[in-house]
Amino acid sequence: MAEIKKKHPPAGQFITTQFNSLLGWARKYSLFHYPFVTACCGMEYMSAACAHFDIDRFGAGWTRFSPRQSDMLLVVGTVTQKLAPALRTVYDQMTEPKWVIAFGTCTVSGGIYDNYAVVQGIDQIIPVDIYIPGCPPRPEMVLDGLLKLQDKIQHQEQDWRWKKKIP
Amino acid sequence: MEEENTLAVLGRRFPGRVREVLVSPGDEVAEINRQDLLEVVDFLKSAPQDFSMLLDLTCVDYAPGKPRFEMVYHFFSLSRLRRLRLKVRLDEAETRVASLTSLWKNADWLEREVFDLFGVVFDGHPYLRRLFMYDGFEGHPLRKDYPLRRRQPRIRMRD
Repeated sequence: MAEIKKKHPPAGQFITTQFNSLLGWARKYSLFHYPFVTACCGMEYMSAACAHFDIDRFGAGWTRFSPRQSDMLLVVGTVTQKLAPALRTVYDQMTEPKWVIAFGTCTVSGGIYDNYAVVQGIDQIIPVDIYIPGCPPRPEMVLDGLLKLQDKIQHQEQDWRWKKKIP
Repeated sequence: MEEENTLAVLGRRFPGRVREVLVSPGDEVAEINRQDLLEVVDFLKSAPQDFSMLLDLTCVDYAPGKPRFEMVYHFFSLSRLRRLRLKVRLDEAETRVASLTSLWKNADWLEREVFDLFGVVFDGHPYLRRLFMYDGFEGHPLRKDYPLRRRQPRIRMRD
């Protein structure tokens, strides 16, 4: 009887899971974000990122100012036609897996700027995962959007290197 | 002694060529002809008028009115603490006006902005090129005949 107990670890010291959800769990709490800040929504982004609302509580506090080191692109503020190629380049330089949050009405739909200069929603340029409307959105909405993105990451089919088909 | 208003001085210096639009203390507006512009502003900048500062320079499109465009210049005298607004009407057939870059350095970018958005050509400007819109942009977006929904994307849009 004593021998059997030695072979099995006591209850509560291990859990079973699937590799997919383990990877999702790891990824959703270690989002390195790249702030693509162009306009007034940047103030709300700063508010959400700093101590009062503290985006770091949700594991997304590490701001990287290089798209190559980040996996969450925060597009904050109006994107003009002139800027569109730059945003596309930033997105292309991010490594997989990557997610995009459209922060504020301008990035969602162009907002009040229905004119010759402004892109009518950044999803015309790059794929978007989460839309946060508001002009500007309050930090609570930003955090809610982040939680929704985490939920999406947890439940999506995880992509990892050795699973990919080699052409 | 009450200081004489600038419009009266201008009217005496350029008889028949300055049209008075509006007078109120500190807010005088005059309209002049296109060909008189450099002469008038040169007079205004020098003492005793001393409008040493060009506050702003912009354009208005009055389409379909004739003449269609109106250039508006805002001057300020630092020594006399006075403002003056000068207007020049431009016909659509010839949207050209003299550049003020030889007198005020800051006219450079202001005139490039007006050229970019309205298509007014400034004679004597050293580097008249678009300021806001990108290379390859067609037309002048603040003109009234620029289509409201016309977009000119630089990269291909996603479907």
